[in-house]
Amino acid sequence: MRYIEPHGHMVSRTTDDYQAMALAGCAAICEPAFWAGFDRKSADGFHDYFCQLTQHEPKRAAKYGLPHYCWLCINPKESEDMALAADVLALIPQFIGAPTVLGIGEIGLNKNTRNEMKILEQHIELAVKHDQLILVHTPHLEDKRKGTRLITDVLKAHSGVRPERVIIDHVEEHTIAGVLDQGFWAGITLYPESKATPVRAVDMLENFASQRVWLNSACDWGHSDPIAVPKAAAEMRRRGHSAAAIDSLVYGNPVRFLSQSKNFKDPQALR
Amino acid sequence: MPDPHPLAGTPRRSRDQVADLHFMDARFKLLDLAAFLDRLERATGADDHRVRGLRQALPILLEGGDDRVAKILHLWSDPSLTPIEQADTKSASGVWPGLK
Ligand SMILES: [Zn+2]
Repeated sequence: MRYIEPHGHMVSRTTDDYQAMALAGCAAICEPAFWAGFDRKSADGFHDYFCQLTQHEPKRAAKYGLPHYCWLCINPKESEDMALAADVLALIPQFIGAPTVLGIGEIGLNKNTRNEMKILEQHIELAVKHDQLILVHTPHLEDKRKGTRLITDVLKAHSGVRPERVIIDHVEEHTIAGVLDQGFWAGITLYPESKATPVRAVDMLENFASQRVWLNSACDWGHSDPIAVPKAAAEMRRRGHSAAAIDSLVYGNPVRFLSQSKNFKDPQALR
Repeated sequence: MPDPHPLAGTPRRSRDQVADLHFMDARFKLLDLAAFLDRLERATGADDHRVRGLRQALPILLEGGDDRVAKILHLWSDPSLTPIEQADTKSASGVWPGLK
């Protein structure tokens, strides 16, 4: 089988993980900018992180035959510090021209605060101005439903945002329908504990599968599984879904969304 | 649902087929949940909002319909609609702390 990992935080993973993903059929990895598990103290820390995402990590992935792409932003967990966020937002334009940048992400909300909202709006402006795709992180657990609503309202209110160029990630059973009904793409994140397990994800797909859904592992420095997407594909197989339907979901869908960025190359075409 | 994908539409399966695939998985999870409740029973102090939320979700398991997961997630969600002034923590606990 082949699949795309559209959301993996590879800077926090080992080379064993790259190898496991390549062996499982991964054809390309996309890495959104995110929280490092601790707050960075200055914009310099983000400058180095963006260099890592655009220069170093693609080389590491290439050793396993994997094209590596990235998204840029300051994540909502660090957006509470408005001065830091302003400095980081000012840095982004100098990296946007890098050949592997797909867009602005993962932006969104964490605790649904006023400051987070302001920085989210500034990221959306930046994405519209530079004609970039948008990848949205929706809040965790009890904050998800409210945050998803606040985020989709802000996106809908902006005349420059085209919903088909926005993916709302980390949807669950209570948020997926609203996201899809408004014309956005929806990402289902497979986590061992929070978010969705592979089994629940396949239930959601059987109930809501759209041409605008992707699956991702969002593997990072926490409890997560870099080969969760092929595990979900195995669950689909076990339930009797055809190889063609599975391929169209775990490979075709992400390729169609990501190909809206001129920087993304269908891995099939590269072979 | 707009733009349906070929995977959509639950394939016709018998309950036996579903049980063959997933019964043991559900069985061990139910026993783990029972063990968690037993462990709470042997501990001291009152239930916090997370445990209260978990107990409130249990009757939903016995309701009809095929949307129990969504119902439970809605139950545990923050019902407010406006952004908060400032957060006192970075993380979420799993159940909205205001749940009565
Ligand atoms: Zn992420």
